[in-house]
Amino acid sequence: MTDTNDTRPHMPLGLAQRGYTGVIQQLSARQAGSALSDIELESRLIELGFVEGARVEVLHEGLVGRDPIAVRVDSITIAVRRREAMAIIVA
Amino acid sequence: MELPLLHLALVGTPNSGKTSLFNALTGSRQKVANYPGVTVERKEGFFVTPLGRQVSVVDLPGTYSLRGRSPDEEITRDFVLGKASGEAVPDLVLCVADSTNLRLTIRLLLELKRTGRPMVLVLNMFDIAARRGITVDVERLAKELGLPVVTSIAVRKGGTADLLRLTDEVSAKLAAEAEANSWRALSVAELRATQREADRIIADCVSLPSRPDTWTARIDAVVLHPVGGLVVLALILFVMFQAVFAWAQPLMELLNSGFDALGEFVHATLPAGLLQSFLQNGVISGVGSVIVFLPQIIIIFLFILLLEDFGYMARAAFLMDRIMGGAGLHGRAFIPLLSSFACAIPGIMATRVIDNKRDRLTTILIAPLMTCSARIPVYTLIISAFIPAKDVWGFINLQGLVMFGLYAAGIISALAVSFLIKFFMLRDYAPAPFMLELPDYKMPRLKSIVIGIYTRAKMFLVRAGTTIFSMMVLIWFLASFPQPPAGATEPAIDFSLAAIIGKALEPLLAPVGFNWQIAVALIPGMAAREVAVAALGTVYAIEGGKEAAEQIGQVLATKWSLATALSMLAWYIFAPQCASTLAVIRRETGSWTWMAVTFTYMLVLAYAASLVTYNVAVALGAG
Repeated sequence: MTDTNDTRPHMPLGLAQRGYTGVIQQLSARQAGSALSDIELESRLIELGFVEGARVEVLHEGLVGRDPIAVRVDSITIAVRRREAMAIIVA
Repeated sequence: MELPLLHLALVGTPNSGKTSLFNALTGSRQKVANYPGVTVERKEGFFVTPLGRQVSVVDLPGTYSLRGRSPDEEITRDFVLGKASGEAVPDLVLCVADSTNLRLTIRLLLELKRTGRPMVLVLNMFDIAARRGITVDVERLAKELGLPVVTSIAVRKGGTADLLRLTDEVSAKLAAEAEANSWRALSVAELRATQREADRIIADCVSLPSRPDTWTARIDAVVLHPVGGLVVLALILFVMFQAVFAWAQPLMELLNSGFDALGEFVHATLPAGLLQSFLQNGVISGVGSVIVFLPQIIIIFLFILLLEDFGYMARAAFLMDRIMGGAGLHGRAFIPLLSSFACAIPGIMATRVIDNKRDRLTTILIAPLMTCSARIPVYTLIISAFIPAKDVWGFINLQGLVMFGLYAAGIISALAVSFLIKFFMLRDYAPAPFMLELPDYKMPRLKSIVIGIYTRAKMFLVRAGTTIFSMMVLIWFLASFPQPPAGATEPAIDFSLAAIIGKALEPLLAPVGFNWQIAVALIPGMAAREVAVAALGTVYAIEGGKEAAEQIGQVLATKWSLATALSMLAWYIFAPQCASTLAVIRRETGSWTWMAVTFTYMLVLAYAASLVTYNVAVALGAG
């Protein structure tokens, strides 16, 4: 499989539909509007494996507002709310 | 010469199988769970190495980093740094990793290394990794990390042999290895660099297969389906409560007749008098009527433990997050609240996994509204006495349906209370994030389920044996003294202290349809809810003299109106909780105020609910 991510538009993971696959380009906590401080949110995302270059796939969505989402991050599955996922820029 | 006790600490991310390893090493009676962060208590165990070294091992709360963003994680950090008050600095830190999922642990390990503590990496669940085609170059990993690496299979016999051997080797040369602590909280850039370093090491030492765990994906396709998942969740809860009623029945009847026979035996053997009355009415019928509920408690814990070990609990939190969010609750609150169905005490303690203070407080305040197992005796007694055991629509047991309704009422009122708290008390509320690992499913292990159920059953029996027993003796005393004057024609209990207290309270409780016998039973019911059943038994058994052997339910069916019974059920949905729950709330919130708030609001709700239920029932002709 060739990596075509360079040509895809960048978007926040928080807007991704179920079935979306992509690679994390950068973390941008300021875009999330989370209750956490930017530094805290970014730290937590990294601790759960959301780092640049990680492959992500949106596996599942919740019922209300398609929220939260279950995201495959390389080898693990993480549940996260869309609000926080806005900080994860993927392509 | 006797060597000093070797202090080990187990550190790892949630779901690393840390607790399984702890159990395998120490054989301690703890539960094994899949839900991230279930390890909140300080757990210490002891074992002896093959060379005879005495070892103490502490199972620290799971964490992804040393930043300490929740009380649990602070404990882990302080313990490893040797700053935890009253704790020995660990001689050796065992960093436990799930071999199928090394990314997060290796990053944590790189951070842990900075503390300078001697450390070993334990690759746990190595069998599962092998089965999935994951191969780890253990020697190379050890070289890259600069510390000993050992594999283990905690759930298999002998699976920790290598670790035990290594503990001996490492402990022999510990003194030379102590290093200075250079740890400080990592900046975001450092964190990122550490994860990159971890990923590089993993790329060099671990070969991952292309196929992920297909079973987990297949199950999740159904269980996490937006609509289907909620249907499955409701179905699981419904089956659980039907089971509590239907499966337990034969066993309960067996226990019941056993205690009846014992009571009869005492009655026949001993001469009539105080001792006979004390043993038969106070001890045997009192404690017996509580122990009878053991089968139901075992069944409810069987379900909770199975779901936890399987890995379903995190999924339930995922499904419930937004729905609970509407009521101002965090998805993580689902597990503490679900545990509260067993008992509010472990539930309230489990709220430590909620790192946001206000989310946690809300959860603590409503946890006692979840129908705990101690209410089951009260519900069961009244339902079986007043609700006919017929089937509705051909397959649903009406008694089970009422039980389900009572549970549902508890949940709905909990959500309503939470909503009100959010609305009135914590208005400047910004939703805390929900981030949770959904671990791969694992086959529950029979051994850990058995240990878990055994621990709970023992707790229940010990309570029945101590708290409940002493309350029963007190109730018997209150109900038996003073003795009626010679030649009195009324039942003896009419002259007792219990009657005096009960009758004094009666005017307060008359509007909700409670007679003075209920008033008497409610008092010890505050010490522990299930005591109310036993107390009613004592009150009525003593009043009825030789009817002691009769089932309490049959007596109640003749003494209470349906309206009173329904009112009692409504009361117990909110039932001002047991003293131990209040004590835990006091401890976990660190405040008498929140304890008083909980007690008061529940009392008010209980009274209001009973008042409405009773009056509606009477108006409908059930009085």
